[in-house]
Amino acid sequence: MAITTRGFSGRRRLTDGRLPPGQYVTTDFPVLSAGPTPRVPLDQWELTINEGDEVLRRWDWKSFRDLPAETVTVDLHCVTRWSKLGTVWEGVSLDTLLKDIKTDAEYVLAHSYGGYSTNLPLGDLMNNQAWVAFRFDDDDLAPEHGGPARLLVPHLYLWKSAKWLRGISLLHEDEPGFWEDYGYHNYGDPWREQRYSGDE
Amino acid sequence: MWRSATVVALHDETATARTLRFEVPDWPGHTAGQRVDVRLTASDGYSAVRSYSIASAPSTNKLVEISVERLPDGEVSPYLAQEIALGDRLELRGPVGGWFVWRPTQTEPVQLIAGGSGIVPLMSMIRSRVSASSAAPFRLLYSVREPRTVFYREELHALSAEQSIELTFAYTRATPRDWPRPPGRIDADLIASTTWPSALRPTCYICGPTSFVENAASLLTASGISPDRVRTERFGPTGDRR
Repeated sequence: MAITTRGFSGRRRLTDGRLPPGQYVTTDFPVLSAGPTPRVPLDQWELTINEGDEVLRRWDWKSFRDLPAETVTVDLHCVTRWSKLGTVWEGVSLDTLLKDIKTDAEYVLAHSYGGYSTNLPLGDLMNNQAWVAFRFDDDDLAPEHGGPARLLVPHLYLWKSAKWLRGISLLHEDEPGFWEDYGYHNYGDPWREQRYSGDE
Repeated sequence: MWRSATVVALHDETATARTLRFEVPDWPGHTAGQRVDVRLTASDGYSAVRSYSIASAPSTNKLVEISVERLPDGEVSPYLAQEIALGDRLELRGPVGGWFVWRPTQTEPVQLIAGGSGIVPLMSMIRSRVSASSAAPFRLLYSVREPRTVFYREELHALSAEQSIELTFAYTRATPRDWPRPPGRIDADLIASTTWPSALRPTCYICGPTSFVENAASLLTASGISPDRVRTERFGPTGDRR
C-alpha cells in the first residue's frame, strides 16, 4: 500500500493507453549517455554482424545506405521515465540485415563505437520490430542521439536501442551489456515496468 | 522495493532550489554518484515518480539528501522545492545506477565538472571523499549562471580553504565583482588551466544539462584525456535542434 504524500495532487494527463506504467510524456528529446559522444566519420564507419570469430556480414556506409530503408513512426520509452510519442525515423529493418543468415543463436550483443553494449534476444530484432536508424525527424541523425546510425528497438526501454551502432554479435548464451551489468533489467519491457534487475 | 521516507530537514539552496533530508529506516546504503527514485502519491492513488541524484555521502545513518531545482513546468519538482514540509512522508526506491559513481577505493586524481544543478552527484563524491578520509586529489570546475545560483556555497568554500578540493568557479551570465574571467561557457583555456593534465590519467565526472556536458566532454577529450576516463550524466533538453 503506497504512502499518501500530504498536499500532492499531481497533474493528470490523457495518454489514451499509449503510455506504459510510470512514464510521463515529454516533447523534448533528452540525451542520456554514459560518456563522451563518439564522432564517427562516415568514411571510417562500418557495421558488422558476427558469430564468434566469423564475420557474417559487413557494410560500409555506402553499401549500408544502398539497402532498402523504411520510414517508421514509433513511441520511445526511456527507463528514466520520459516517453516521446510519435517519433519518425528512417532506417534499415533488421529483417533486411539478418536476411539469409543461418544461425542457432538465440541472443545478440549490440556493440557501439565508444564501447557501449546492450543485449537482447535475437527474436526481438526480427519480424518488423527493430531497425538500424540513420535519420530522425527528416534530418540526419545527430551524434548525441546516436548518429551516424543507431539501433532502434522501440518495444523495449530506450537503452536497448544502442547509439553509435558498430556491430551485432550473435550469441548462443546470453551476456549482459553495459547497463545490464550496472543493475538495469536484462530484458527491459516498458509495459511490464522492467527497469532494474529484480523487477519481474 | 519502495521504502517509506520522512522529511527530517530542509533548507533553500538558492531562490529556486531546495535540499531535502529524508530518514529512511531501511535504507540499504549507497555509493557516491548514485540516484534515487522518488514517488509521490495523491490521496486518490495517483502517483508520479522522478529520479534524483543523491547529494549526501554514503553513511550508515539511514539519511538520504537530495537537492531539487524547481522546473517551471514540472509536476514533481515544484512540490518538492516549495510545498513539502518537515514530517511529510513519501517513498524512495534505490539506490540506482552503478556507473556514474566514485568509491573511496579509487586513489587516482578525480576531475569533477558540474553545470548548474549537475553539482549534486559530484557533491556526494566530494562528501564521500571527506567522510572516508580519502587522499585522492579532487578538482572541481563548477559552472553556474551567476554567483547566487551556487549550491552548497559555504561548504564548498570551507573544503577549498582546507585544501580538501581545488575549486574553480566559472560564470556564464554574471560574475562576482573584479572576477578575472568574463562570463562565458567553459572553453579550452579554462580546461587547460584548471583541470588535471591528461598525463595524470584522472577519472573525470561531468554532470549537467546536455549541451553543457557535450561541450565539456569534447573539450576534455580534445585536451588529450582518453574518452574511457570520462563518465557523464546528462539531464534536460538537448538545447539544440529539438
